[in-house]
Amino acid sequence: MNPSHLCSYLELNASRFAERPAAVDPDGTTLSYCEFNDRADRVAAFLIGQGVLPGDRVGVVLPKSTEALTLIFGIMKARAAYVPIDWTTPAERISQILASCKVRVVFADPGLQVLNSGDGKLVSVDPTTFSTILSHEPILGVLPGRSADDLAHILYTSGSSGTPKGAMLTHRNLTSFVDWCAETFGGSEEDRFGNHAPFNFAISVFDVFVPIKLGGSVHLVPSDFGKNPRQLARLIADRKLTVWYSTPAIQRLLSEFGELDKLDFSSLRLVLFAGEPFQIPALRRIMELWTRASFFNLWGSTETNACTFAPIPRPIPADRTIPYPIGKPGSHCQAGVFDENGDPVAPGQEGLLHIAGPPVFVGYWGLEANNFMVRDGIKWHNTGDVVREVEGEGFVYVGRRDRMVKRRGFRIELAEVERCLFRHPDISEVAVIALPDLLAGKRILAILVAKGETTPSFIELKTFCNQHLPDYMNPDDFVFSNSIPRTSSNKVDYQALIREYQTPAGA
Amino acid sequence: MTTDNMEDKIRQFILTEFLPREKPENLHNDTPLRTSGVLDSVATLRLVTFVEEEFGIRVEAHEASVENFDTIDSIAAFVQSKMTGA
Repeated sequence: MNPSHLCSYLELNASRFAERPAAVDPDGTTLSYCEFNDRADRVAAFLIGQGVLPGDRVGVVLPKSTEALTLIFGIMKARAAYVPIDWTTPAERISQILASCKVRVVFADPGLQVLNSGDGKLVSVDPTTFSTILSHEPILGVLPGRSADDLAHILYTSGSSGTPKGAMLTHRNLTSFVDWCAETFGGSEEDRFGNHAPFNFAISVFDVFVPIKLGGSVHLVPSDFGKNPRQLARLIADRKLTVWYSTPAIQRLLSEFGELDKLDFSSLRLVLFAGEPFQIPALRRIMELWTRASFFNLWGSTETNACTFAPIPRPIPADRTIPYPIGKPGSHCQAGVFDENGDPVAPGQEGLLHIAGPPVFVGYWGLEANNFMVRDGIKWHNTGDVVREVEGEGFVYVGRRDRMVKRRGFRIELAEVERCLFRHPDISEVAVIALPDLLAGKRILAILVAKGETTPSFIELKTFCNQHLPDYMNPDDFVFSNSIPRTSSNKVDYQALIREYQTPAGA
Repeated sequence: MTTDNMEDKIRQFILTEFLPREKPENLHNDTPLRTSGVLDSVATLRLVTFVEEEFGIRVEAHEASVENFDTIDSIAAFVQSKMTGA
């Protein structure tokens, strides 16, 4: 078996840890390793019967469940790539993504609106259809030609052109990351990992594939639980999870609303956070409630997964006020700081963080631009994050120079929000800016020019955006103006807008 | 406390905290707030804390749902049922 393939982790443990729990449903139902592997082999057989060929894409638009995870592994065993889409995404956007990468098959929740799946075959997954899929004879062994360079999945993120873009990752990319995690953070078959992030977010790669490599279990958290801190806290405690990885926003909500002091978290040994800076007061609070855990700040992107890390000291020194650095690169990749011309910056100078090595993605589906730079025989990916290196600490995050922002750890291209609002029938011009916000990191403000007399209300605009964008991209506020300031080259003057609407407190 | 009174208090809280520049008449008692995306999950948490403190009830974890907290009507009905122990 080829060790550089995600399915190998499952296959090896199907014999080694056959009866141990591999995946646990929100309701507590457990799937053992041998069951899981057998079912995934049957899914692969079903897909091959449906005409799925190596390199094909298969959509997965389902709530969190062991069924969804089984389908994901089956897709990969058939040498196809899974395209996960959050099932709460607006229907139009789901269709856009499925059509963009021309899925051969899409597994969808029966409750979803009828999707336009393009030319792909829509398989509505209910208990009956799932049973039918499992009634197929499993494929025997590994499909011929299986390779580390097979595409494992395509993760769609906000696109600056206005449509989502799909980052393509191979098994080589993902196993290099998973192997590094297991080596760096340790673990065994006794570990119980939570999976909070939806499958279309890069954090889920750690959540799902690291425990499966170790022989441990992944505990799936459904999205409604995920947004309910009390329920989430109870799940982490009741299941005696040992590992938790999420954005700082989620951990902050847990410490504020989760009533953590009433629960027992003595099993939690490792907590990772990534996606945005973790403000020190909130980080202190969660560390005081999760006392047995070691905390680490991770940094990366969909295109590379997490590739730098910084341990958080316990206790955090009393005089610490600024968030911790993003840290040093993992042993599985290389990091370099370059200027706009692609030349290395002087030590300690600000520049664009570039990553090279096995974890770096292969490109965006259907797009030429991929931010790669080849220098001295090394292929570097420009992450777009501006950093500076601090001796002994690794990299400190400074900011970005483009219009991609993070709000509550979610990645948003402001141009995509503008494209959405521009489609509103009563709006003639729109500019979207991000202002600093103490709690969310960024506050998204849309400045609008109405076509005529009608100015849609706040409620109407929120509702409109909700129909076209994922919930995390919905602006915080809207203002109407007679005009939008422009530069001498007739581009929107975003700096002028930021100056106009920024408040001193950033609130 | 009458349901009308309850609805007013809830409506005032929502307008002040989340819709400061919206015209009050645009917020109806049956305007969907969560399912429409007008309020996000964090806003709902603050709303839960508000009704607990204002009306002296305890909202169990599973009761802080989209269903119970989508409209002023549904929030008031939920609070009413908790207060009368229904």
